[in-house]
Amino acid sequence: MTYTDTLISREPGMAAAMKRQFLTVILLLFSSSAFSQTMNAEQIIEQSQRAFYYAAEDMQAKITMQLIDADGGTRKRVMTMLRRDTTDGGEQKYFIYFHEPGDVRRMTFMVWKDPVKEDQRWIFIPAVDLVRRIAADDKRSSFVGSDFTYEDISGRDVADDSHTLLREETLADRKAYVVESIPKEMVEYSKRISWIDKQTLLPLKETYYDAQDELYRIFTADKIKEVDGWPTVTQRTMKNLKSGHRTEVVFDTIAYDVGLADKDFSERRMRRPPRAWIE
Amino acid sequence: MTGQTNGKVRRAHPTLMLVLALIAGPALSADIETHGFLLLNYAGRTTDNRPPQSDSDFLLGEERLRLDVSVWADEIEASARFKGDLFHDAVDGETGLDVREAYVDYATDNVDLRLGRQIATWGVGDLLFINDVFPKDWVSFFSGRPLEYLKIGVDGARVRFNGEVINADFMLIPFFTPDALPTPGRFFLYDPLASVTNRSEIKPASTYDNSELALRLYRRAGEFDVAAYLYKGFWRSPGMRPDDLIAATQIELFYPELRVYGASAQGNAFGGVLSLEAGYYDSRDDRDGNDPAIANAQSRFLIGYQRQLKQDLTLGVQYYAEIMQDYAQYKQSLPAGFASQRRSRDTVTLRLEQLLMHQTLRLSLFTFFSPADNDYLIQPKVSYQFSDELSATVGANLFGGKKETTFLGQFDKNDNLYLATRFDF
Repeated sequence: MTYTDTLISREPGMAAAMKRQFLTVILLLFSSSAFSQTMNAEQIIEQSQRAFYYAAEDMQAKITMQLIDADGGTRKRVMTMLRRDTTDGGEQKYFIYFHEPGDVRRMTFMVWKDPVKEDQRWIFIPAVDLVRRIAADDKRSSFVGSDFTYEDISGRDVADDSHTLLREETLADRKAYVVESIPKEMVEYSKRISWIDKQTLLPLKETYYDAQDELYRIFTADKIKEVDGWPTVTQRTMKNLKSGHRTEVVFDTIAYDVGLADKDFSERRMRRPPRAWIE
Repeated sequence: MTGQTNGKVRRAHPTLMLVLALIAGPALSADIETHGFLLLNYAGRTTDNRPPQSDSDFLLGEERLRLDVSVWADEIEASARFKGDLFHDAVDGETGLDVREAYVDYATDNVDLRLGRQIATWGVGDLLFINDVFPKDWVSFFSGRPLEYLKIGVDGARVRFNGEVINADFMLIPFFTPDALPTPGRFFLYDPLASVTNRSEIKPASTYDNSELALRLYRRAGEFDVAAYLYKGFWRSPGMRPDDLIAATQIELFYPELRVYGASAQGNAFGGVLSLEAGYYDSRDDRDGNDPAIANAQSRFLIGYQRQLKQDLTLGVQYYAEIMQDYAQYKQSLPAGFASQRRSRDTVTLRLEQLLMHQTLRLSLFTFFSPADNDYLIQPKVSYQFSDELSATVGANLFGGKKETTFLGQFDKNDNLYLATRFDF
């Protein structure tokens, strides 16, 4: 893990700076063990979600996803992802443009994420110039055939699981909270254990257990880097132990607070994203 | 469906040369991207019957080389694109260039402009079209070409305005393009005047008055995407006018005037996506419904619902109805010997899609069934992605019906099995 230890560097705008200060305060509060006792498991998961899915006000990233089967056969998905937070820790908008492979090139995908109501999702199919809504109640479905689910990409509602702080331990030289999360409604996993970095609150590792309580799926944050002052997981892996299939995700480029507007998450942009987004 | 046209291949229109020149010009200094694919596509009739005008069991036998070239300008938000297929068609023994799209784009803060040949798809129906007034290639659809070939580009200009309150797409299409309908050379079909082979086709001339106009106004209303549509142009399947109703010796195929007024809504509901659409087809050249050569005015409605049944399994159902205006006049003016349509024709569709093996294997079923006409089309399909570049699809088009005179029933003897292999680069 390569993590540079300064939390504050560079200046990407006032709002972001304040948000970061807030985060820093939170981190200072909870990095002392006296206070950590008072942050319950649910708060840890919530803060972790904020650190992982809500860094800065917006984000633009170019992402390469490698889908690797048990025999080593590899497929590749290259995409641009844009994200903007409508409210911190709450509503968000996502935009994804596919560069590769060829059969989905120029396809775009938009999600308006709402932690309370059902998400809204649209897809643009360039070959027939069609934008249509798609059903959004399949959050546990695979994202583009990878080992990541839609929820892994944009976050799972904290209230969907019951969380328990099991212990604190050191994982790869980093102090971490170990939290157990049990889904309230039946999904394909029965239990998730998360190692949450005490310093950055980013998830370092997650293990998923099936109905028979067997470990079958592992998430690892393989590289954490500070980008524009925000600790960021720039390389991650999700591995399915049963199928032997795994997905490696690398953020080739990432920028925060690029100035995306609410109206950028529109049908217009799905049909024709500006060149600066998709180069 | 009252006649046939032979619009299989679309060659470059002179205006496209302009687009090509615009692509070639800045290409030297700007950002250029070239992609494409090789498509091998074959379809064979499985009914042991051949239409009288055909000497082959193949409905389709072609190789296509897609070239897709895009150029982006450096300083301004402008780009150009050429997307065309070099093809060899073994059924007709033909080789050529099928220009799918060729356009230039220019965008400002609130306005996107597109000029040239372009594909457009409007409305919320799944393979059912009310406010999508743009040309379609039913030959491709019925004989196993990939779905994108169902849509034919139009030659014109599109202005997209993006406002705070409302968005608008406005299309001006000076050059008329009809639907590509099945021809007796490849398909069994119902033609009450089949014996009359002396036929001429008259397309609307490219005049100022004949320019097609299509407008879509759209916005979000609460949780729904809503739109209103307006179209002024022509029916895309021709009317047939024989020189003599009793003993015809020649037939004129022509495209009557049409206006369409419609609306649609789509949004999350009942754990899935609900779609609603309606339109009124105003047949301007036959407003009384007395002319048997011209389709009567009609109202069209659609309600659709799509949801995820479980992981990677999607269900879609639709109910669609078409209600003819002036039905009494239609019945009265219908020539003797012509099969009559019902006043109201409805269709139920079902879509089931299952993704397996990390979405490399796709099982899909789409069915049309018309309770009114008692006919159907069943389209099962299996696609497999061997790699990011190589995929293969095997599927079938299974037609049937009680009568051979209804829209899908007429294709009963055209059941076919197809194969499409695609290599992307």
